Formats: sequence, C-alpha cells, structure tokens
Amino acid sequence: MEHHEFNIEGGDFTRAGYASSQVKKMLKQMGVDVAIIKRTVVAAYEAEVNVVAHAYSGAMYVDINREEVKIELRDQGPGIEDIEQAMQEGYSTASSAVREMGFGAGMGLSNMKKNADELHIESEPGKGTRVVIRMQLNATTGD
Amino acid sequence: MRVSEILQILDARIICGEHRTDYTIDVAFASDLMSDVLTLKNDHVLLITGLANMQTIRTAEMSDINCIVFARNKKASREMIALAEENDIILIECRYSMFKTCGLLYEAGVKPIF
Ligand SMILES: Nc1ncnc2c1ncn2[C@@H]1O[C@H](COP(=O)(O)OP(=O)(O)OP(=O)(O)O)[C@@H](O)[C@H]1O
Ligand SMILES: [Mg+2]
Repeated sequence: MEHHEFNIEGGDFTRAGYASSQVKKMLKQMGVDVAIIKRTVVAAYEAEVNVVAHAYSGAMYVDINREEVKIELRDQGPGIEDIEQAMQEGYSTASSAVREMGFGAGMGLSNMKKNADELHIESEPGKGTRVVIRMQLNATTGD
Repeated sequence: MRVSEILQILDARIICGEHRTDYTIDVAFASDLMSDVLTLKNDHVLLITGLANMQTIRTAEMSDINCIVFARNKKASREMIALAEENDIILIECRYSMFKTCGLLYEAGVKPIF
C-alpha cells in the first residue's frame, strides 16, 4: 500500500482539483482502465470541491495498490445535518460565490454515489465531514 | 466534426492546442454547471461554456473532455491555458452568445448528448 496526503484549503477555487489530478496521474501510470480512472477521479474531484465549497479546511488521504484505492476526505467545517437530504439531486446550500465558480447544482454527492464502488459519508454538524470512496482497480503495472 | 470546422463556423480563435485542429468531436454539451458536466459518460465531447476559470479546465481534465469553447467572449487566463496544455485540452474563444454558438453548431450537424 502506498500512502499520499494532500491539504485542501476551503474557498480556494484556483487550486481545487489538484489532489484529484494527482490521483489521476497515479492511476494512469499504473495502467488502470480509462473508464475506472474516470469514475474514480470524478468521485474524488466532487468530494474535493465540496471541501473547498462548503468547509474551512481539510485533507485528502489516498491509500493505493494494484487492486484498490481508498480515497478519504476529512474536513473541518459546518458538517451536514441531514445526509439523506444532501444526497438528493438538486439539493444545495452553496453560496452565490460558489455558484459563480460553476458549482452548486446539488449534483455532487449523487454523482459520487453513482461513480464510486463504495461511498461512505459521516458528519458531525458544527465540526466537519468524512467521506470515503473505495474503488477496485485491477491495475496491470506498478505496485 | 473537426476542430478546424468548428473554428470556421464560429469564426473563433484557438488559443490552446493549435496543432491539433484535426481532433474530432462526436457530440456537444453546453453548461455553466460543472457537476452537470461531470455526469457525462460520452467520449469526444465538445464542452460549450460561459464559465472561464480553473475549475472549467479541471472539470474537463476529470471528465476526459479534450475540447472547450468559451462563448460570450470569455477569456482563458494564462494559468488556465497552462493547465489545458498539460492535459491536451483544446481551448477555443468565441465572441457569440451561448445561444448563437449552440445554434450555429447544431445547424451544422453537431449532435447533442441528450
Ligand atoms: N464537505 C461538506 N461539508 C459541509 N457540507 C457539505 C459538504 N459536502 C456537501 N455538503 C452539503 O451537501 C449539499 C449537497 O452537496 P452536493 O455536492 O451534492 O451539491 P453542491 O456541492 O451543493 O453542488 P454541486 O456538487 O452540484 O456543485 C451541499 O450544498 C452542502 O449543503
Ligand atoms: Mg458538490
């Protein structure tokens, strides 16, 4: 298992996506199937943007080997009061600043659910949120 | 449709990927909402958008989209062009409105995704 960590700054839309981009590079290098890469990085990117859009700060922790990848995001932020409601397509509390950046359709969490092999979300309102994405990789090369 | 034809139809300017005007797109999608773009499953998608920021390029990177038209005379920054270059994404700037941009391409036979 290889381990990587990336800090994520709340509100910093110029850098949002950097961590997911690094994950994409790793998966490409390992020769993972393009369809699996796309599902993985779309889920990771939505989760990363959610930290930038909705939380104050956070990090992405990536554990990866040939068989699988676990992508965990932990943030300090307002948390999610009702996760079931947040998962619904179209539900969004995004600020107008976030909407101006092209986000706030309320599609991110359902997008993550559709793309991830496994998605786990837990949150403590007033403290923060933890999101875990797991994907099977079946990579051809690398370790 | 080839990028070279898109440039002609839209009377537009290519600002990244100048050497790949023979790249071919199969379908087009227009949106300013990046999470909508991230739901797409097609290959060879042309993204038409009025949103010109780093996240437009990041979204294309994650979605394997290799060609973006910025409508409404939106300009790509130097940072955006550098990131697009790194990811083999062609960038086109067009002065027409979203409606006109889409209308002209539709008329010329570019297919929608939905
Ligand atoms: N990390 C987080 N911290 C706090 N709230 C969150 C977090 N992630 C999601 N939420 C809440 O869940 C809602 C739905 O999230 P989702 O990603 O589906 O949509 P969005 O981020 O609002 O818009 P989109 O993802 O389409 O750009 C958010 O508007 C927000 O209220
Ligand atoms: Mg979101």
